[in-house]
Amino acid sequence: MRAAFERRRHLLDFAVRSLARRPTKNLGLVAIYALVVFLVGSVMLYGAAIRREAAVMLASGPELTAQAMVMGRHEMSRTTDVAALKGLRGVRRIEPRLWGYLWDSAGAANYTLMVPPASDGAHALAKGEAIVGEGVARARRLAPGKMLFLVSPAGKFLKTKVKSVLPADSALVSSDLVLVEESDFRAFFELPPDVWTDVAITVANPREVATVAEKAALKLPGHRFVTRADMTRTAEALFSWREGLALALLAGALLAFAILAFDKASGLSAEEKREIGILKAIGWETRDVISAKLFEGGLISGLAFLLGVIGAWTHVFFFSAGLFEPVLKGWATLYPHFPLAPTIDALEIATLAMLTIVPYMAAILVPVWRTAAADPDAVMR
Amino acid sequence: MSGRSPAERMRGSTATAIVFGTLTAIGTGLVVGPMIVADAAARRERAAALVGELALSDLALFTEARYTRNPSLADLHTPFQDGPASLEHFPTASLVVAPRGLPSGRLEAREE
Repeated sequence: MRAAFERRRHLLDFAVRSLARRPTKNLGLVAIYALVVFLVGSVMLYGAAIRREAAVMLASGPELTAQAMVMGRHEMSRTTDVAALKGLRGVRRIEPRLWGYLWDSAGAANYTLMVPPASDGAHALAKGEAIVGEGVARARRLAPGKMLFLVSPAGKFLKTKVKSVLPADSALVSSDLVLVEESDFRAFFELPPDVWTDVAITVANPREVATVAEKAALKLPGHRFVTRADMTRTAEALFSWREGLALALLAGALLAFAILAFDKASGLSAEEKREIGILKAIGWETRDVISAKLFEGGLISGLAFLLGVIGAWTHVFFFSAGLFEPVLKGWATLYPHFPLAPTIDALEIATLAMLTIVPYMAAILVPVWRTAAADPDAVMR
Repeated sequence: MSGRSPAERMRGSTATAIVFGTLTAIGTGLVVGPMIVADAAARRERAAALVGELALSDLALFTEARYTRNPSLADLHTPFQDGPASLEHFPTASLVVAPRGLPSGRLEAREE
């Protein structure tokens, strides 16, 4: 047992010495390799983290949202529609929502103006008051007590006093919100008193959502019903798509790296071939030669993998994936500043290792085995 | 042999163990540290509570255009509202896939 360990240890010593003989080449390889792991790892960690955030946060949204449709386009729901849904079995609460978008030329940003639901005592507002999201406060330099002026597309003017700013913790869902009182909202957008943007429906038993949606659709055939599962799926699909797209863009880099690794490993240099030949000539077994060369590859990929993963983790969870921000942000002014909660997923790390370490080790094994199995005399010539 | 520095005398395997050990320790610290310190669960709970209170339906990640703000509630055709064949010009639209599971339109031709 001890002899076997010492034997491995000496092979490892030999591999390190062999790598140290070509420091520039090997350090360069580690750097490029680590960069590839960093890029792919960042995309994977970021995608998984944001999917988790979305799933947790959207899990407390309304089970069903009913939107009126006219000629295939979104329409306002009427108070009579809301009344028609009342009395449906399995429904716990029906909350008509009032919300809309406003392009604010002063802040060069799109806001989501919203009226807090009647049941929400925590965000109850008086006429002339507003609660703003973290992004709006940042863009317009607002603080509680300051005035916020808004101009509607029709030229209507709304003067509100900021009551409070929504906590930065929830920026991912509330960055662009401006909460105003109902009569202010209706006057600002010139809405009649009996219309609502859509209807949020809370279902008592989550397993009955589909049945309730079916029954509600019979009552309101002109409405579209979006379930919470649809919303979560949309977010899931959206970020999977995004992650896939980023990985597809990185596929070029991965391929270039694979070619580099294959080229380096398959075309063993004359010097390396000579080295293998000499080792065989002085009595090394084929097994030992392959082990020493695999140790070399393992050291390079292990080091690069560790460096790349540590870099990716730091980038995503300590710098909020700052390198990706310009891509995610687009032209949005109110892009939320949010920290991502670090969670370790063994499957992700294993996938990353499969994507990066396995091809490299495979590219090394075959040519080394072929050279090591050949006659030393033939190899050295 | 006596002229060698301590670094040269160190065995390769020892140096490997030191480098890998240090990196693993740094990595573990970076992974475990924020999990202990950051109050991620409480933060998520606060955000989820706000979603529940205000009955919110989507993440506020893409606010650059009206139809990218609530992808799960947006109409399928809104990105092309300026004209059915117009090319989309907001950067988000190159990243966001059209929502799935929403009813789509259908054209039917029948001979009477």
